[in-house]
Amino acid sequence: MLEEYVVKQQELPIHLLKTEKYKTTNIALHLKTDLTKEKATHRALLSNVLKSATKNYPSRKDIRLYLDELYGATLATNVQKIGDWHILSFYLTVVNDQFIETSQLFKKSIAFLQEVLFEPYLDEEGFFSEKIIEEEKRLLKQRIDSIYDDKIRYANERLIQEMCKNDPFAIHPYGDKNMLFEVTKQSLQEEYHRMLQEDDIRLYIVGNHTKEEVQDAVASISISPRPKRERKIPSQRRREEKEVREVVEIDQIGQAKLSMGFCFPVYHADQNFYAAQVMNGLFGGFPHSKLFMNVREKESLAYYATSRYESAKGLLFVYAGIDASQYDKTTRIIKEQLEDMVQGKFTDQELAQTKMMLKNQLMEAYDSPRSIISMAYKGNVLGKERDLNTWMKGIESVTKDEVVHVAKLVTLDTCYVLRGEDA
Amino acid sequence: MVEKFEVRSLQETYYQTTLKNGLRVVIVPKPHYYKTYAMFTTDYGSIDRTFRPLGKKETVTVPDGIAHFLEHKMFEEEWGDVFHTFGEQGASANAYTSFTKTAYLFSSTQEIKKNIVTLLDFVQHPYFTKESVEKEKGIIAQEIRMYDDNPDWEVFFHLLRNLYSDHPVKIDIAGTTESIYEITREDLYMCYETFYHPSNMMLVIVGNVDVDEMMALVRENQEKKSFPKAEPLERIIPTEQKEAVRANTTKRMSVNTPQCLIGWKIAPPNDTGKELLAYELKMDMLLEAIFGPGAGHYEKLYEEGLIDDSFAFEFTMDRTFSFISVGGDTPQPVKLEERIGEIVQQVKENGIPKKDLERVRKKMIGSFLKKFNSLEFIANQYTRYAFSGMNIFDVVPILENMDVTDVLELLHDVFDPSTKSSSYIVPKKSEEENE
Repeated sequence: MLEEYVVKQQELPIHLLKTEKYKTTNIALHLKTDLTKEKATHRALLSNVLKSATKNYPSRKDIRLYLDELYGATLATNVQKIGDWHILSFYLTVVNDQFIETSQLFKKSIAFLQEVLFEPYLDEEGFFSEKIIEEEKRLLKQRIDSIYDDKIRYANERLIQEMCKNDPFAIHPYGDKNMLFEVTKQSLQEEYHRMLQEDDIRLYIVGNHTKEEVQDAVASISISPRPKRERKIPSQRRREEKEVREVVEIDQIGQAKLSMGFCFPVYHADQNFYAAQVMNGLFGGFPHSKLFMNVREKESLAYYATSRYESAKGLLFVYAGIDASQYDKTTRIIKEQLEDMVQGKFTDQELAQTKMMLKNQLMEAYDSPRSIISMAYKGNVLGKERDLNTWMKGIESVTKDEVVHVAKLVTLDTCYVLRGEDA
Repeated sequence: MVEKFEVRSLQETYYQTTLKNGLRVVIVPKPHYYKTYAMFTTDYGSIDRTFRPLGKKETVTVPDGIAHFLEHKMFEEEWGDVFHTFGEQGASANAYTSFTKTAYLFSSTQEIKKNIVTLLDFVQHPYFTKESVEKEKGIIAQEIRMYDDNPDWEVFFHLLRNLYSDHPVKIDIAGTTESIYEITREDLYMCYETFYHPSNMMLVIVGNVDVDEMMALVRENQEKKSFPKAEPLERIIPTEQKEAVRANTTKRMSVNTPQCLIGWKIAPPNDTGKELLAYELKMDMLLEAIFGPGAGHYEKLYEEGLIDDSFAFEFTMDRTFSFISVGGDTPQPVKLEERIGEIVQQVKENGIPKKDLERVRKKMIGSFLKKFNSLEFIANQYTRYAFSGMNIFDVVPILENMDVTDVLELLHDVFDPSTKSSSYIVPKKSEEENE
């Protein structure tokens, strides 16, 4: 159903995931570098500057008109972090030629993406347009500011900042607002060139195309050899202090947003990875999980109470929206649930159900082209590429003892709560 | 009889039938997919608060938030929680309540037959106890409070309250932390019996299924159950004035970035079927041509720093109400509203060039095809269109055959200033008055 090929165009690896399933072709171009404040800030800005003007389409409007002509093709950019890496991505989605009388949409799309990255609009002196830089700076600042407006998201960000102080993982992929004002057209240009010369660049394509069609479409892309890099293992968060840190912040909101951060030193490429996924599933990943059953259903303390396993960094997070006055009770119940995991207090039936749900989730992800790309790429970045079958078998093979074993590795590090004044 | 339809423009086939008890069943096979997505929906939502209960003569008005409360409580059965039954069968289940619909759904890659039966059985079996109804109030109160802290939600509901004076679309779908405490077990049964009759419901299955087998399964399941004779539903929706209630509200919240959402109330059209669908698509085209990223106005607003990529516009058309909404994050809500007003005025005077409309048509066809990758989209939208007497599979042919200049006729009726209102969210910490 999904045939995987890797073809190379000079130094550019192209991952072709061939399938007839979709009405579209989805293309993603990823550029990977170390996560630092400076790089994140420059690249978050670059992602927006590059999609605003190219040599042949020198304004946002020209670009959008061209995309509309390609039957509503969409170009999106985004920045994210995977472990200690910063990733700048371009996504282009285009309808399959078979639905449209005119053809060559795929070839035109690749050519356009190539232009966006390699042939940006530059002024007479060879810099990005100062006008565009200023506009995008202002908008990036606004995006950074709005993280605060979504309180659930903000509480998660603040937890990570508190928990991973002095660690690259604390850096937001948008970078830093104060540093944004120091970005100049020169520094942006330098970062752009460094990106093209040094980054790990990869192209992913999900769609109904042969290797030959892909090779033909990318034939004119030219990229130089990359400097050699060692494979990097994310820096581990080590707990120096024994005490759990509690951070309380006051905001003018009604409901308290609780975010708890745990160290969970099991990583994506580890053999224990599957057990960690199952552990998270039993603990807080599903409606049958301990958190949902106890915090919500039994005690009516919250509407949402879930956990998330961050395999790129060996962390586990718990989130719940509660009455501020119920903070002690809620955190106590959450800790008890974790203790129950450590004690192996879950049934074989719950274990089997969790595995089934995880496998279900995985197969469902393979029904979405965007998820297929993101899973494949994440595996590439984190040093373990798994196909669907391997992954499913891995989950199936997890035993109760293995779940208990990994549950014992979980240690609470930081409790963060954002709450109103009158609690 | 099961009818089969082949849709060449989309390369899709679908099947539909109406069972003896009135339930409509639709199947869209997607053989290459791993999963199957099924959605069981009643044509009943938060706006249906005044109605004549089944078997009664007088109309009643029930506490706000009851359709949503019912949705939460349906998952409980004598033997426990249906979420778990789905979980044991490898399915993830969910539900949602909108202004006009309550939908129960699951997606799964296995045990599809069992899961379909579970879906039909739990939605067709109400079981509420006094204790469980009381316990749910705490959970729903937290859900409401979660939304109260969400500026996107707040800006939207303030706009609706500014636009509508009597229509219940202005009431929060989940009700209030007060109204939900008035809800009783008896209220829930009354609403259930009135609105969950099979003739008011639809089952849509999209995914890797055998059509004959599924149809037989559903039919057999339904024939085993007995339902009272259907009565025509009487829902009372107050007549809504043409004009908006007030021009603006400004709400202070703990945010960094202000928001501005502008709306125009529109009287729901009298068309049905393909005419209604064509009307909706023309309205979508009009908005895309005026406010879409390919339009020159968007570019200007972006350069002026008044909008960013949160800027959105939508034509919402549903049972008994319709409105346009335009807006997003902006550092200057007042300025943005002024500029939107200018743009609308300019378009009303000068129209829109045909080539722009042609471009928008292309874009809409492509965007629609793209969405067909998603089984959730197909099931949700099939249901939405069908309850309004439209067919989602007509979208591409109507777009392809439309005379795009017809879109301009809409300009006579929409954007009437008396129907307009706006809703702002501004930072609490700022001392400046935002007019």
